[in-house]
Amino acid sequence: MTTEPAPKRHRYLDGARAAAPLTIAVAAFGMSFGVLARAAGMDRLAAVAMSATTFAGSAQFAAASILGAGGGLAAAVAAAVLLNLRYGPIGLSVAPVLLGSRWRRLAEAQLVVDESWAIARREHGVDRQLLLGAGLALWGTWVAGTVVGVLAGNLVADPEQLGLDAAFPALFLALVVPQLRTRSHLAAALVGAGLAVALVPITGPGVPVIAASLACLIGVRRR
Amino acid sequence: MNAAWTAVLAIGLATVLIKGAGPVVLGDRPLPGWLQGPLDHLAPALLAALVATAVLEREGRLVIDARLVGLGLAGVAIALRAPILVVVVVAAVGAALTRALA
Repeated sequence: MTTEPAPKRHRYLDGARAAAPLTIAVAAFGMSFGVLARAAGMDRLAAVAMSATTFAGSAQFAAASILGAGGGLAAAVAAAVLLNLRYGPIGLSVAPVLLGSRWRRLAEAQLVVDESWAIARREHGVDRQLLLGAGLALWGTWVAGTVVGVLAGNLVADPEQLGLDAAFPALFLALVVPQLRTRSHLAAALVGAGLAVALVPITGPGVPVIAASLACLIGVRRR
Repeated sequence: MNAAWTAVLAIGLATVLIKGAGPVVLGDRPLPGWLQGPLDHLAPALLAALVATAVLEREGRLVIDARLVGLGLAGVAIALRAPILVVVVVAAVGAALTRALA
C-alpha cells in the first residue's frame, strides 16, 4: 500500500484494505448482534434493517438488550440516540470533505463510524475516499454478519472467547498514537480518556464518550 | 407495528440525522475558523475515550479483564511499529489466551 498521493488513483480500495484487519471482529459482532436481536424478540428483518440503517454496534446492542429485558421502547431509543450523539461532532469534522448535493452528503455521511473515521484521519482533516472505502467495507461486513447471525444462530463461539472484543481498543490505540503530535493533542487525549473513565460508573451509556469529546476544547485558539 | 420495528425506525432515523447534520448544514462551506482548533483536537480526545471505554467498560461498569492484557500487548506491538493488522491480531490472541488460561 502506498501512502504517497497518487494523482488519478482512487483510494477507496486503500480505505477498504485499511479496514480489513477489523472485518473478522466486525463480522463476529454483527453475528452476535443478530443472535441477540432474535433472543430479544426482534424479527429477522428488523434486526438486519437496524444494522443497515443504524450501523453502529454499541447503539444497536444497547437497544436490543433493553428491548429484550423489557425496558421499554423509550429507554431503548434514548440509549441508542445517546450512544450515537458523538456522531454529531464527528460529522462536523468530515463535513468539509464530503461532495455534492445535500442528499449526497447525507448519504456519504452514513458511512461514518468510529473505525472508518479513525482510519481516514489525516494530519489536516479527513480523506474522503479512505472514509467511504473503509465505511463501505465495514458496513457490508456488519450487515452480512447480522444476516448470518439471524439465520444461523451463533456459528462462531462467543466472540469474546476469541478475544475479538480486545481488537477494538487495540485499533483505536493504534490510530490515536499518531495523533499525539503536540502537547495539546496529548492533553486532549488524556483528558478525554480520563473523563470517559470517570463517568462510566456514574452516567448512563453514551454519556462518557460524548463528555470526552468536550476535551477538544483544549484546541480553542490552537491550530 | 411492534416495538422492535418502531425502535428500528426511530433509532435509524435519529442516527441518519445525527450523522448527516454537520455535512448537510455546512454544505460545501469551509469550517468556521473558531471550529478548526477544537475539531483538530477531537480525534485524540474521542479516540482516547474509545480506547478507555472499549477496554474497561462492561454493562455500565469499569471492569479489568483480559481485554487489558490484549491492549497492553497491542501497545508493545505499536511501539515496535507493527502494522495495524498485527496490532489487532496480537490484542485478540492475547485476550483469548488470557481467558483460556484464567
